[in-house]
Amino acid sequence: MTENNVLIRLSAAALARKLAAGEVTSVEVTQAYLDRIAAVDGGPRGVHAFLHVNTEEALAVAAEVDAIRAAGGAPAAELHELAGVPIAVKDLIVTIGQPTTAGSKILEGWHSPYDATVVKRLRDAKMPILGKTNLDEFAMGSSTEHSAYGPTRNPWDLDRIPGGSGGGSAAAVAAFEAPLALGTDTGGSIRQPGAVTGTVGVKPTYGSVSRYGAIAMASSLDQIGPVSRTVLDSALLHQVIGGHDPHDSTSLPDPLEDLVAAARLGNVDGMKIGIIKELHGEGYQAGVENRFNESLELLKQAGAEIVEVSCPNFKYALGAYYLIMPSEASSNLAKFDGVRYGLRVLPKDAPLTIERVMGATRAAGFGDEVKRRIILGTYALSAGYYDAYYGSAQKVRTLIQRDFEAAFAQADVLISPTAPTTAFKLGEKLNDPLAMYLNDVATIPANMAGVPGLSLPGGLADEDGLPVGIQLLAPARQDARLYRVGAVLESLLEAQWGGPLLDKAPELATSVVEPAETLETQEAK
Amino acid sequence: MAAINRDDVAHLARLAHIEMSAEELDRMAGELAVIVESVKSVSEAAGDDVPATSHPIPLTNVFREDVVGHTFTSEQSLSGAPDAYEGRFKVPAILDED
Repeated sequence: MTENNVLIRLSAAALARKLAAGEVTSVEVTQAYLDRIAAVDGGPRGVHAFLHVNTEEALAVAAEVDAIRAAGGAPAAELHELAGVPIAVKDLIVTIGQPTTAGSKILEGWHSPYDATVVKRLRDAKMPILGKTNLDEFAMGSSTEHSAYGPTRNPWDLDRIPGGSGGGSAAAVAAFEAPLALGTDTGGSIRQPGAVTGTVGVKPTYGSVSRYGAIAMASSLDQIGPVSRTVLDSALLHQVIGGHDPHDSTSLPDPLEDLVAAARLGNVDGMKIGIIKELHGEGYQAGVENRFNESLELLKQAGAEIVEVSCPNFKYALGAYYLIMPSEASSNLAKFDGVRYGLRVLPKDAPLTIERVMGATRAAGFGDEVKRRIILGTYALSAGYYDAYYGSAQKVRTLIQRDFEAAFAQADVLISPTAPTTAFKLGEKLNDPLAMYLNDVATIPANMAGVPGLSLPGGLADEDGLPVGIQLLAPARQDARLYRVGAVLESLLEAQWGGPLLDKAPELATSVVEPAETLETQEAK
Repeated sequence: MAAINRDDVAHLARLAHIEMSAEELDRMAGELAVIVESVKSVSEAAGDDVPATSHPIPLTNVFREDVVGHTFTSEQSLSGAPDAYEGRFKVPAILDED
């Protein structure tokens, strides 16, 4: 392994330590990641996690951090712990100086005149932004295949999906193209990609991380959160981006808990951990179920009490979600009208009215999945159907919240597999929207109730050798519990594996760093 | 609950301002019918006594001081527009000719 290959495999926490100790510079770290992106991201068999690489600005921020550290004194002492640690940002989150596409043709080439609050917080912490990551168009999908710019590939098997919608952020972190990334989670878009790529992803309590500057899909469900390779790294990033923001009217006024301390404490002795009866067993792949049971056993050995809880209304969650989410999305996406942003397409024939320009623009600018959800949402909100669809779905939301309340009366934290299966093949479910939707069955309840969830690697499935995700859920505003339990489970599992799960991932063919190992020579073997 | 058919989809597409070809309407009607069928159980899940939840975490409205904060310049606001004229968004005819 070259020196750079060692560097890019370090956790964000380890990089931060090395940077603070002066053992490595931020320019060296940032350049190592940019080299890695150049080596594995492009080409027909590249990971394609990035839609835009922010080379110049990232290196400038890195150099600034290095200069501050070199000069010493108060400014160096006041640097944020993660200063100089690079990060990738999902392309649903707006950034000054880089394009934001949301994975859609309708925003191709668009530049935001403002930064999202989370991006501003990254800049305040002086974290170099490596670029923008790929996603299903407007975050609508579970495979990143609905991106207008082509799919991202799973680093574990390039013919498989990296999950979605945040497949770009998860794959970037799994392929060592970034130590950290930001994602957004409306029905599992941070956690399910984490599960299928063997990485960590957290959906914080609704409203605890500002959504100002995240292009909205479903406003009552959307949440920005961290993506990383370790539980502690997610806690460190969560601490940077979390906390009240007056720009987001749904932002919680609560002060942020000490999540990093929770991750470092890592103790489950005497904790009650609840298995959700409805979120495992039938419909879940055998290898997923096996890894899940192993994790339960480890937690038990660490002193946790495992109890079983029942959430009988979770069976309605998927259906209710596919009414609420499209309804809110159809309304949020009405702003893409060919007037204020991006694309404008003129109809081929007269009359040239604004109505017809909108129709032609949205027809050309939106992909199939976005159109499906807009039509479905428009239907669910129509006069005569509103009560039966949107109204009923909102009542189901109450039932799901009650289920969670009852479950959390019996357990401190709940546990389930993150996704029912491991990564499926690219194209396998593309023409079957309903099969695609079923991937989110275990992650959706958390969004419906606003509670926080974390997915961490639980090992590899016996049948296909692909990563399995374990999901932890906590009551609203108790995100710290996720980090506390997650850190324990992670260290027990890693002790069993003899190191991080990603050490078992196949080496990716590189196109620049090691020219001898190009795709052609790989295929010739 | 009623099933969704091709005419419904055509009507909804007009409401949502998305032009659709005949082939697209056929395909979308089939796909949406399957999805609508699968979410049917939702309407039977909760009784009349269950209140609706529109927002997952209860919040009350708060007011801020009525002072001017940061605003975008018109250049910034127009920077992403497909067409602009003298500091305004330029659009095709808003009204039909007839």
